[in-house]
Amino acid sequence: MRGYLRADGRKGIRDIIVVGYLVECAHHVAREIASPFQDADVHVIGFPGCYPNPYAQTMMERLCTHPNVAAVLLVSLGCESFDKWGLANSVRESGRPVRTVVIQAAGGTRKSVDAGRAFVAEQLKAREGAPTVPMDPSELIVGTVCGGSDGTSGITGNPAAGVAFDLLVEAGAACIFEETGELIGCEHIMAARAATPELGIELEKSVEKAARYYATLGYGSFAAGNADGGLSTIEEKSMGAYAKSGGSPITGLIKPGDRPPRGGLYLLDVVPDGEVRFGFPNINDNAEIAELIACGAHAVLFVTGRGSVVGSAISPVVKICANPETYRRMSDDMDVDAGRILEGKAGLMEVGREIRDLVLSLGEGRRTVSEELGHREFILTYKSFEPLGPACLPG
Amino acid sequence: MPIHGGEVTAPPSGPPDVAGSDDRLLLLNESDNVFVARRRIPAGERIAVMGTEVTLTGDLPLGHKLARRAIPTGHKIIKYAVPIGSATFDIALGQHVHVHNVKSDYTPTYHLTDAPHRGEGDR
Repeated sequence: MRGYLRADGRKGIRDIIVVGYLVECAHHVAREIASPFQDADVHVIGFPGCYPNPYAQTMMERLCTHPNVAAVLLVSLGCESFDKWGLANSVRESGRPVRTVVIQAAGGTRKSVDAGRAFVAEQLKAREGAPTVPMDPSELIVGTVCGGSDGTSGITGNPAAGVAFDLLVEAGAACIFEETGELIGCEHIMAARAATPELGIELEKSVEKAARYYATLGYGSFAAGNADGGLSTIEEKSMGAYAKSGGSPITGLIKPGDRPPRGGLYLLDVVPDGEVRFGFPNINDNAEIAELIACGAHAVLFVTGRGSVVGSAISPVVKICANPETYRRMSDDMDVDAGRILEGKAGLMEVGREIRDLVLSLGEGRRTVSEELGHREFILTYKSFEPLGPACLPG
Repeated sequence: MPIHGGEVTAPPSGPPDVAGSDDRLLLLNESDNVFVARRRIPAGERIAVMGTEVTLTGDLPLGHKLARRAIPTGHKIIKYAVPIGSATFDIALGQHVHVHNVKSDYTPTYHLTDAPHRGEGDR
């Protein structure tokens, strides 16, 4: 593998120029700035809210200083509460070029778009032929998520992703699984895999918190399509989702934006702390993908049964199709056909190795299907978290 | 098996007992009381389930569950060797096991399966 060496010593497998809007009022201008650069790696991310939120501030900071990111343009309306100068300073301190266009100061839409495009064009030119350095699999952070799950997810795609995770952890990488709301019912088996008993208690507590949170909201992390696909209950969906974690011991518990301190397997707790506020913990799959990327994920494994088409800004998304009927219908959107396992055409280990190899090849110039199709979905909404407890990252 | 008990019984060694069952039915763990359909089995087919011939009253789509033995009301549905919910009706061997006869022991399941507005574009 090869990577782009950043000033902080971390390496990226992509060289992306981020255009980040800091309130919905600046979203159109950001999109216009990026629109002539569709074929280049210029990705739009942002936060729509006008009220300040420490979680959103941290998320934007971690995303703008992600190792896959080379330079950042921030687009502000001017009167929103987001701390744009704080964010710009963090990006500058990370050694990346950064510019902030303030629409009210620049003189409106046209002048802001022109100024923004000039900066992006300048950065793209500066990054032409940017050097790469050798990169070891132990320097990788990989996340996993499932979406549009069905009765096949837990039998083929998720356990195959789990095999890939085991192989990557063995190679020294940091792997992150998530969505505590989809681990309801698995808390005790999961806790038994914790590196320390104290971490095991934290893992159980995070799932109990998710169960309480979802109970208050009246819905589990369960969509209507899950039932069409044969899943009857949240705990059935959970057992399938849990298989993505593979069999490695669990090294730590992190929250959105926390970077795994070393290799190993981590659970990302995505459910907010405290009273239920701001609505559902993760309003769709991309909210979870954005959080995995904010934790430093260079790539995200996405297992789908019903058939999701999404990708993401900043990091490539590897689509693993669990259901052979779905694969036949939507193969143009899938990187891996894990439904072969159900048809007896491939073994679990074989598909797991294929996923691992695909992840490594992303550092050798390969692009995922969703990247090729131009999928760059992104979403960020309000949340609130308390800092990690001392038992969450033992050793 | 208790939901909150934390103990998960290890599967017994040896080949699982699927004797006399259609090979489109997949058993994930010896202690499971449900099979999973490896491919769609159409309504009206007579299939073997644990040595008994049953007629499917509806389609059994890929990934859906079928009772491997009788499951009385209130008993746990066991899949992957763990409870995934409770029976809300007496379920006979060979019956489709899904939201119409299973409930979560955690949060209720939201589904549109019987929604009248279901359109042509849906499957």
